[in-house]
Amino acid sequence: MSNKIINEKIKEMKKAHKVIREYKYEPAKIHRGYANKVLYINLSNNEIKEKLVPEEIKEKFTGGKGFGLWYLWNAVKSTTKWNDPENEIVISPGPVGGITQYPGAGKSLVVSLSPNTGTVVDSNVGGHFGPLMKFSGWDALEIQGKSDKDVVIFIDGDKGIITIEEAPLVSVDSHLMAEELTEMFAETEEEKRFISVVGAGSAAGHTLIGVLNFSFYDKRKKVQRLKQAGRGGIGTVFRDKKIKGIAVKYSQVGGNNNNVADINTIKKLGVKIHKEIHDHDKDQCRMREIGTAHLMEVMNDYDLLPTHNFKYGSHEDIDKIHSSVLATKVVQGSPDGCWHGCSMACAKAANEYELKTGPYKGDKVVVDGPEYETAAGVGSNCGIFDPDYILECNFYCDTYGIDTISFGTLTAFVMECYENGIINEEITGGLKLNFGNSEAAMELLHQMGRGEGFGKIAGLGIRRMKKIFADEYGADINFLNDIGMEVKGLEYSQYVSKESLAQQGGYALANKGPQHDEAWLIFMDMVNNQIPTFEDKAEALHYFPIFRTWFGLNGLCKLPWNDIEPIDNHLTEEPAKVPEHVQNYVELFNSVTGQNIDKEGLFKQSERVYNFQRVFNLKMGVGTREHDIPPYRSMGPVTVEEYESRQERYDKQLKEKLGINPENMTTAEKVEALKKYKYGQYNQLVDAVYKRRGWTKQGIPTVEHMRELGMDFPEVIEVIEKNL
Amino acid sequence: MKYLYKNDELCIQCHNCEITCAKKVQKSEDLRKSAIKINDNMKYGEEKINVCDQCGECIDVCSEMALGRAKNGVVLLDKKKCVGCLICVGFCSKLSMRTHDDMIEPFKCIACGECVKTCPTGALEIREK
Repeated sequence: MSNKIINEKIKEMKKAHKVIREYKYEPAKIHRGYANKVLYINLSNNEIKEKLVPEEIKEKFTGGKGFGLWYLWNAVKSTTKWNDPENEIVISPGPVGGITQYPGAGKSLVVSLSPNTGTVVDSNVGGHFGPLMKFSGWDALEIQGKSDKDVVIFIDGDKGIITIEEAPLVSVDSHLMAEELTEMFAETEEEKRFISVVGAGSAAGHTLIGVLNFSFYDKRKKVQRLKQAGRGGIGTVFRDKKIKGIAVKYSQVGGNNNNVADINTIKKLGVKIHKEIHDHDKDQCRMREIGTAHLMEVMNDYDLLPTHNFKYGSHEDIDKIHSSVLATKVVQGSPDGCWHGCSMACAKAANEYELKTGPYKGDKVVVDGPEYETAAGVGSNCGIFDPDYILECNFYCDTYGIDTISFGTLTAFVMECYENGIINEEITGGLKLNFGNSEAAMELLHQMGRGEGFGKIAGLGIRRMKKIFADEYGADINFLNDIGMEVKGLEYSQYVSKESLAQQGGYALANKGPQHDEAWLIFMDMVNNQIPTFEDKAEALHYFPIFRTWFGLNGLCKLPWNDIEPIDNHLTEEPAKVPEHVQNYVELFNSVTGQNIDKEGLFKQSERVYNFQRVFNLKMGVGTREHDIPPYRSMGPVTVEEYESRQERYDKQLKEKLGINPENMTTAEKVEALKKYKYGQYNQLVDAVYKRRGWTKQGIPTVEHMRELGMDFPEVIEVIEKNL
Repeated sequence: MKYLYKNDELCIQCHNCEITCAKKVQKSEDLRKSAIKINDNMKYGEEKINVCDQCGECIDVCSEMALGRAKNGVVLLDKKKCVGCLICVGFCSKLSMRTHDDMIEPFKCIACGECVKTCPTGALEIREK
């Protein structure tokens, strides 16, 4: 389309806008990483107000995900459902967020009650929104209520004006919406780089697995790029509130908008790690060259790449979606960061990709990714080894606003059900959902976009599908529970955890559901055997989930912590912790805020919030042991064919670990014996982890523990005591 | 393409170039503000004179496109576009992009030739390549 036509179209769209509410404010001056104000918007009555952030809340929750949890906790009751008006979407970058010198410092943390789990979910996303919102004067944006008409929210940080506008003509699908709102609110071409928008997409409104897309303007390619707050269905909440998009504009971006306590220490830390990445990334994770997709063949080699709904960990067709193949599709010659200063630059994009299917067929578009999780989820896990399908599916998931991880895992589940005759063509409306059928999988995705057919059922997620398949189609619920890769209602991310007890715990014990951002322990546990005992594993499941929580409190990305390592890291006492980088983070935090924490202080900040989130789960009815149990597919072979595919390994386990001679047993008997053993092991692990975390045997943080952490708010104690 | 040619063998480490660069370009007596550095404590393999050779590697790593070539080929930083991320400093394989505590943005040699005038041995020259 020519610029003239685009301009006319945008003018028409803008003309159709009706400003429902305008709010003028004096943008707060950022002091040492904090604006000290939260922006509250209620879409039921269009109320807009400012809240001051009390010092106590900064001290206890730090920022980012911590702020999100605290403000949401106060907004919802234990009975609140995800689609009740009082549910909120809270977006917060955290105090370190927005610094430009250290890689991975532009993250926004989004918190809401999840349609998938019914409890609180947090999702970490790149793009420029969080930093620009903070520089516009807000530590967090809290959106409550529901609009009755489609709206756009615009935060103009330059002028100090917030508007809620009816937006009948703006697109819902993110690749269009991000471009339209950026065009609409940028007064000049130059201003586009100072605008970021948040949106979802049409499928976010028709399924429960909606994502939020956060944009940034790619100056080299002159296109909008999208990063996703993927997990837990927050895009679905967004569309339920009838929001089409939220835009922010702030045009004075520079090297010290956070007005930090000690910019020179931050500069030195930044130069040091930029140089580390420059010198060593090419020999370590190749994040700049390929991004997270470099894991494809690594996981396949270790039998950890999910294939056919996590039945297997490798596949003979891996070469077709090898990272070198994916790289030829997406690498544009310039690695991209999703915020200024990210030298790790793992973001990749395919430019001018011509769509083959769906409503935008024939359009040439930008596809962000694919990340490892997407390529493994929609690709190998569904038995699809076609790089073009992976790109096409990635694009549509993003623009329709749905989570590639949940889409991949639930499609794999549906395919296994289809192959087992649990569902058939009659139920799927003609979709032959065998493993490897990329056409059927793509059509399932388009059905989600249109809100039609079997796509609507699949879009409810695995937990709800299990119930429907059992109740309505007579499926064996025990089998569905074994193969349905979800815990707490959230679909698994893409690692086979069968041979790593610690990772089974890492997934199933995770506060929001099975996402690897809490703990990724497979290599430490299975490959390197560094945590052999229950106590060792429990220590790892205490330290890593809590340590990793810290990134989300501060608007940081986890990747520059351990996807690049100092060259002498292996000589340190605890290489898995990357001690030099932990020290970098201690110094970064102190240099931004002027505080004086050490690494124990850093850990304590996270421990407070981690335990608070567990109590939040408890408040919502899912914070106890029975909600921390993994499906057997994540622990061992469910089916005979699965057992027999790695018979030597499993027979050896029966012999060596159980002292059973498998020779005279049928495979079905062997499956049962191994299952019993593995759940026994898992229960012992859970006992050890709860004990290490200061929780009861039921998985409840004790009152004493919360008191020690300084998190003994009366309402927190009340929730704990009610459940003891 | 214009650049500052250097000849380590002729350098007598008098530091005139650093003094001139800091004074003329940055208006400062602080030698750490000089874009050219003279190494007094060379270890094996290190160079005596370190200065940007206008190779342009930094242009590609700048997300803001704040680094670009002038008509004469010299790599210049547009401070209005720079957001102070310092990736160009960490990614300069010659270690010739500089920072200073007084400045958010980095700085570099712009091949202005002021230092050439004060070099007593002819170790520095403005050349074309």
